[in-house]
Amino acid sequence: MSDTTPQLPPGPDAPVTSPAIGRDEWVARHLDRRLPPRLGILHERLQNVPWFAWLVLFVAAASLLPAITSSGYVRRVGFDTVLYMLLALGLNVVVGWGGLLDLGYVAFYGVGAYSYALLDSPHYDIHMWSILSIPLVVLIGAIVGLLVGLPSRRLSGDYLAIVTLFFLQLFQTVATNGDQMFGHNVTGGANGLLNVDPLDIFGHDIAVQHEGVFAVAYYFIALGVFAVVFVALRFVNESRTGRAWRSQREDPLAAEVMGMPVNWLKLTAFAFGAAVAALSGSLFAALNASVFPLTFYFVLLITVYTMVILGGQGSQAGVVLGAIIISVLLELLREPSHARDLFYVLLGAGLLLTFKLSRRLAIVAAATVAFGFAAHAIADAIDHSWVAGTAGAWASGWVIVPERLASWVAPVSYVALIAAALGLTLVRGLLRTVLLVPVLYLATFVWENVMLAKPEPTRYIVLGVILVALMIVRPNGLLGEKRVEVV
Amino acid sequence: MSLLELRKVTLSFGGLRSVSELDLVVKEGEIVSLIGPNGAGKTTVFNLITGVYRPDDGEILLDGRNIAGLAPHRINELGVARTFQTLRLFLNMTVKENVMAAAYARTRAGPFRAMLRTPGMRREEREIERLAQERLAFFGERLMGYRWNQPAYSLSYANRRRLEIARATATRPRILLLDEPAAGMNPAETHEITELISRLRKEGGYTILVIEHDMHCVEGCSDRVVALDHGVKIAEGPFEKVATDPKVVEAYLGLGGTARK
Repeated sequence: MSDTTPQLPPGPDAPVTSPAIGRDEWVARHLDRRLPPRLGILHERLQNVPWFAWLVLFVAAASLLPAITSSGYVRRVGFDTVLYMLLALGLNVVVGWGGLLDLGYVAFYGVGAYSYALLDSPHYDIHMWSILSIPLVVLIGAIVGLLVGLPSRRLSGDYLAIVTLFFLQLFQTVATNGDQMFGHNVTGGANGLLNVDPLDIFGHDIAVQHEGVFAVAYYFIALGVFAVVFVALRFVNESRTGRAWRSQREDPLAAEVMGMPVNWLKLTAFAFGAAVAALSGSLFAALNASVFPLTFYFVLLITVYTMVILGGQGSQAGVVLGAIIISVLLELLREPSHARDLFYVLLGAGLLLTFKLSRRLAIVAAATVAFGFAAHAIADAIDHSWVAGTAGAWASGWVIVPERLASWVAPVSYVALIAAALGLTLVRGLLRTVLLVPVLYLATFVWENVMLAKPEPTRYIVLGVILVALMIVRPNGLLGEKRVEVV
Repeated sequence: MSLLELRKVTLSFGGLRSVSELDLVVKEGEIVSLIGPNGAGKTTVFNLITGVYRPDDGEILLDGRNIAGLAPHRINELGVARTFQTLRLFLNMTVKENVMAAAYARTRAGPFRAMLRTPGMRREEREIERLAQERLAFFGERLMGYRWNQPAYSLSYANRRRLEIARATATRPRILLLDEPAAGMNPAETHEITELISRLRKEGGYTILVIEHDMHCVEGCSDRVVALDHGVKIAEGPFEKVATDPKVVEAYLGLGGTARK
């Protein structure tokens, strides 16, 4: 039929075939150039799923956690994870959107926790309703944020980092010595504040323990708060305030000249982050019924920063994902029985990321295990006690685990592993692939014999290794947008 | 009626006089070009007008009001917008957001109204978006459709220059300061920029002060030319007069230039 249809002369709306001024061929034809049909369309469709659909899906999935397990421990970990998610969302405002390196962030978390503890505890015998005290705590957090921001609003980068770090130290000092503040006991000093009230609904306490198990209510409250904070911050980010925050992050001078009051914007970003941190702090204090100064210190600061950087600063979904990964990882690594297998999962994932699904992946994996079996057999032949120790299910038969480790083995193998891993970065091509096999084997040996025995330092070492590896592969974090610093 | 007037504006950096007792008048609806060799102080004049630098002495009057010493964002609010010689876009934001961000000073909804998404805030947001689309549409298809949601760093050099102009106009200025809009452009693009400057006045109603090195561009678009050298005004008037002025030729080519002539 179509070839018999008479050709109509091109109308005024017909596409222009000759290049014209103001016309852009690249834009006009971009659809022809997208990825191979199905993959490209799928990719675009996934990108077009609105954020609130993902949020609803996520919150719905997260609400199923208490239904899946009745373990109080798991629920408690879930609650802590949601708190971390909140903290990461707040830090994302300051660092991700505001571009302000705020190293005093966890002090605001502490300010929130202490404020709640003072408003709801026998310390001053004030027992405010949660519905009043929590908004008050958020307000206090925001005001303290503004006050800390005021002297530092003209600073940026390293200078701001130092000033805020100083504030964290100041908070520590005040909280630790606050039991003799001008002769008054305000913060309880190193002993902290105890017997803090749980959350309540108009005066009716919500017990933290329900029949001896962690109460689900707290998990749901935290999840609800998280959803509200997520949406609220999202809306702010998509408003003129959010655009101005990000503009001054990109180029403060250009933003100022384009009519944006940069100093004020920095202050508000600071205050918003501080308010979210304070809100999380009040939930923390209510759940734990006590606050101590040392909770709000460097380890927590580094952990929250790791979450934001790993997930991708600037992306809300990213920092939430980062918080979940880090929080769950830290918890799994605490328990050697969980951590044992986790190592092999991480190792496999790392190899998969490096080699994709290629033949080299299979060769390296097979060679490592074969190398292991050979080494194991030789060690067994020389002295059976060298392999008589108990290895994990994944390691039995090929990783050498002696019955009793000579005292020199641990430090030597540990240092050798670090040296070998660093040395590996200096060689290229086939040699690297070949040398990877003994290094991987050494890593499994160190893991089974040295690191598993000391879970507390190990968790942070593993975290550091993951962070280093990921920052090399994806400098913008898991879900962070590609970014350019200077062009 | 003069929209912008500089009276004996002086600025020194240490012992160096960058701008010296400069008088400059730009009338409403005029296109004035500022020319001069490198280091003449042209961009410094822009920095003084926009409040990036505070003059040591002298007055800068916008519509009769002294704006010297005000914060840059206040000066922008009063109706002065500029582009930068070395592009300063918000690179990691989308093309549309770059323009929308510039509507900040002309809009009111704060973060709390944004959280609640009040009807007023949403109306304002729609207006900002419409404004951005309109400003980007000024450049034909170049910054349209697909490009709106692309990050600014993905744009070509010429398109970045166009986006800077779009961003500056989104602040709804009365006077537009363009700092070398044709720098780094090829001849066809330079020609397009020349036409664009005229269109900006005709369709946008802006008064324009432009720094430009490309003499075809200066000749094609400006009503009046002001030549600077070492921070001092050395010539002023229509293009033909300024271009042949011995002082200007000397500033560009040195004394030998006039001698060979």
